[in-house]
Amino acid sequence: MKKIEVIKNILEANETIANRNQQLLDKHKVFAINIMSAPGAGKTSLILQTLARLKSRLNAAVIEGDVASTVDAEKVQSEAKAVVQINTRNMPESCSLMAVMIESALNDMPLDNIDLMLIENVGNLICPSEFALGEHKRVVISSLPEGDDKPIKYPLIFIDADAVIINKMDLLPHVDFDIAAFRRSIEGLNPKAEIFQLSCKTSEGIEKWCSWVLEQAKTNAAKR
Amino acid sequence: MHELGVTENIVNIALAKAGEAQASKISQINLVIGEMSGFAPDCIQFYFDSLSRDTIAQGAVLHFELVPAQLRCRNCSTIFTPQDTLWSCPECRGQSVEISKGRELYMESMEVE
Repeated sequence: MKKIEVIKNILEANETIANRNQQLLDKHKVFAINIMSAPGAGKTSLILQTLARLKSRLNAAVIEGDVASTVDAEKVQSEAKAVVQINTRNMPESCSLMAVMIESALNDMPLDNIDLMLIENVGNLICPSEFALGEHKRVVISSLPEGDDKPIKYPLIFIDADAVIINKMDLLPHVDFDIAAFRRSIEGLNPKAEIFQLSCKTSEGIEKWCSWVLEQAKTNAAKR
Repeated sequence: MHELGVTENIVNIALAKAGEAQASKISQINLVIGEMSGFAPDCIQFYFDSLSRDTIAQGAVLHFELVPAQLRCRNCSTIFTPQDTLWSCPECRGQSVEISKGRELYMESMEVE
């Protein structure tokens, strides 16, 4: 019997592919955002709003991750330059997108004609936080009906976010969601995160979010 | 929920390292898992038993060293263990904290024959 030292990150295989994805995106000057939330928080609605506002200024593509169906891909089809639907049902993991899935989706995309890649992760607040995809920015959406305690219950996904969106602001009169408490939790866990309050239903606050996306895309392009 | 892919990685890393060491059997794999990481040892063990079948890792004992969560207060730098879900600093009551330990997920060592 002998002991061998290993000291190896178990997620290294995913991280290696994620780095490769980011290099490919950088080579083609594509800015990628990984959008994460619980099911029903408004990922697809946010993507639709973002595409509608930015399509005259950026060529945007979408990668849709879902356990099953092409429902979301169909919704965004007409607004995006390119859409790839990934169904995770038959993958080793169905609860999150992983770098290897993005790698194959990128192969199917005309990257030279794309400036912005919106990646809609599988609806889940736990698993997606563990798997880098090659994105430049991570965005987490919380919506008012979910309650204001999600950053306390699922801290990791909020700790790693570059931006946190509070969606469905139009429902504020009808639900007990303490905006100040939610913002305090985010500021405590992750003081660097930008926080946006918006409603995909009424478009309130969308402008500000889209300005952030544009600015981030420009900053990223300037680095390449 | 997502332990299958992770366990595949564990088996791949173990077999590659055992190959380098020209081992004929892997008897124990020592893993370090942070309490805050989203991975459940029981699930990893379950998948491992099936993924390692017919390899030199079959029957290996998985040993998990669980690293408790440790937080650091950004205001006063106190290091503390979270006592509840509120994560407030026991010294200054500040709620601006970062995780200093507890997100680990790596293979530390193996015992081979």
